[in-house]
Amino acid sequence: MDKVRRVISVIVANEAQVLARVSGLFAGRGYNIDSLTVAPIPDSDLSHMTIVTKGNKRVIEQIVKQLHKLIPTFKVIEHDEMVEKEMVLIKFPIEKPISDIQALCQAYNGAIVNVGTDMFIAMVADESVRVEHFIEATKRYQPIEVVRSGVVAMER
Amino acid sequence: MKMSGAQMVCEAIIAEGVKTVFGYPGGAIMNVYDEIYKQNGFEHILTRHEQAAVHSADGYARATGEVGVAMVTSGPGFTNAITGLATAYTDSIPLVVISGQVPLSLIGTDGFQEVDAVGISRPCTKHNYLVRSIKDLPKILKEAFYIARSGRPGPVLVDIPKDITGELGDFDYPKNVDLPTYKPRYGGNDRQIKKASEAILKAKKPLLYIGGGAVLSNAYEEIREFVSLTQIPAVETLMARGVMGADNPLLIGMLGMHGNYASNMAMSETDLIISLGARFDDRVTGKLSEFARYADIIHIDIDPANIGKIVDVDYPIVGDVKIVVQKIQALIKDKVNPDRYQVWRDILARYDELHPLSYKDSDEVLKPQWVIQRIGQLVGKDAIITSDVGQHQMWGAQFYPFDRPRQWINSGGLGTMGFGFPAAIGAKVGCPDKVVINITGDGSILMNVQELVTASEHNIPVINVILNNHFLGMVRQWQTFFYDKRYSETDLSYQPNWKMLAQACGGEGYDVTTKDEFDKALASAIEGKKVTFINVAVDRFENVLPMVPAGGALYNMLLEHKEQ
Repeated sequence: MDKVRRVISVIVANEAQVLARVSGLFAGRGYNIDSLTVAPIPDSDLSHMTIVTKGNKRVIEQIVKQLHKLIPTFKVIEHDEMVEKEMVLIKFPIEKPISDIQALCQAYNGAIVNVGTDMFIAMVADESVRVEHFIEATKRYQPIEVVRSGVVAMER
Repeated sequence: MKMSGAQMVCEAIIAEGVKTVFGYPGGAIMNVYDEIYKQNGFEHILTRHEQAAVHSADGYARATGEVGVAMVTSGPGFTNAITGLATAYTDSIPLVVISGQVPLSLIGTDGFQEVDAVGISRPCTKHNYLVRSIKDLPKILKEAFYIARSGRPGPVLVDIPKDITGELGDFDYPKNVDLPTYKPRYGGNDRQIKKASEAILKAKKPLLYIGGGAVLSNAYEEIREFVSLTQIPAVETLMARGVMGADNPLLIGMLGMHGNYASNMAMSETDLIISLGARFDDRVTGKLSEFARYADIIHIDIDPANIGKIVDVDYPIVGDVKIVVQKIQALIKDKVNPDRYQVWRDILARYDELHPLSYKDSDEVLKPQWVIQRIGQLVGKDAIITSDVGQHQMWGAQFYPFDRPRQWINSGGLGTMGFGFPAAIGAKVGCPDKVVINITGDGSILMNVQELVTASEHNIPVINVILNNHFLGMVRQWQTFFYDKRYSETDLSYQPNWKMLAQACGGEGYDVTTKDEFDKALASAIEGKKVTFINVAVDRFENVLPMVPAGGALYNMLLEHKEQ
């Protein structure tokens, strides 16, 4: 069976150990984690996790069921139609052509978000593929550092 | 009401109706032991090792169907309990294990006897808690018992820092539990149940595949009724021995690596598997691509994650075996024609005639299979049989005439050597009217041999029948078959004096080499009301057969071993 990339949202009780339970499950059962993000859901005692993983159909089905089996798991959403976004921050030396990079940012709905005495930081938030293209396009400016946030997603 | 955390632990145990706790004290759990000293709501049995405490609680739970409780201290006390937790987890046994932890302020400082208990136990508990405030303790204790026994049962760990057991707080033990994130489903999906029922009516060669879940769900009466109504034949897994009852003509036997010929052929040729609380373990399926090639599968399991995990399922039903079987029966009661499956039953009967489960008895040396059968003849229904892990376990499962569920207690999933003796102690405490016999080997019994002292101190007359072949027998068998008889580290010729060992700890011992001696020893052990070793010298090179070699197809069984 072919491996597919899947975005899974997990709604969990916002309590101690819950991240360890989820990441431990992936480690213990040999599943991949491409990215994992987690933050509390406003006005609730729940947290929203977004996990990007790869696996064949049976593995993805097991991941969903095993996640659901964890006691603090409220809901697992695995969906074809997910709106997903990821953010990237890229730091450049101040000598690099800031206006060129700004133009590049605009093409990816991004911006220059910080400028210091010896560096500046560009930010883009978009689909993972587009974020990758942006990172690729900025390579010619020799960035000092690249930080990706991992994916957040919402069911359509 | 104000009380200490330690008192809360005791009050919760009493409120849950637990009569016996197995445990071992130590620094971090001393506050609780101080309260145990003062109360008389439950009995505490001091085992001589934490692993044995958890196995005893496990044996108690398996024999009675109630939640077993064990108590250990932090650090090494807790790590010793891990094998017990993992054993119970793999076989879905409801346990609550209470462990002491270093005080809150010391957590994370590498304090004396500190270990990350929730971290270590996460993959081998159904759920676990590190208590962080006395305010949470009553609710956590209630949830622990509820989670352990509901849904697919399992062990729950409650790790309590020492300052919390010493602190005073309000105790209001909740009556009910409402966890929005945990809602086990019992009833099954009615649409799937209807489709499955229709499939049963249409099948020509249906087969009940009964697993440990049928025992846990206390579904044996419903299953026997279903079988007697439909006349559909059944096979049992290692964990389900006793569900059908040995005398039931529709029981084909145990399937899997050491299943009988007819059972494995039944599974290979059936056109509809009706799986009741079984999980298609690799020791059952053999080579997956060859497993039950002609069958559609109805999979009834309370754990959705078991369904579709190993094999693709045509009729998935998430629910309790007992309830779902009742529902299916109600749907097919007036429509089912038992004659429809007559040809199928005849085929299976012929398979069984062709290669019945058998062994060659001998006048010169005791055969282990004979010993098992003899125990069955002498005590049969009156006994609870526990076992350790290895050849003796397989012979026990093959040759003992189990007549009801919870009569056969063994570590099926994890395969834990050293399980049988402490589990027997727990079973005897839970069912004092039964004769409890641990069928064990000369390898396994030494892994928790210190429990002789526990059993003697508390007058728990458990009988250990040691099928002694001076080998780590199952590994030896694989070495014979697959490693050109290179007996690497399996020769156990250097042995203790079993009789003296038992006597030194306050028990009784018998050395047996003949059938007559065995009968006398067993009678005398039952009469003697002491913990006992019956050391039975058996054929050193007897093999467990039939055997499906690991990774082989279920229908390719070694039926006999020919010496080259």
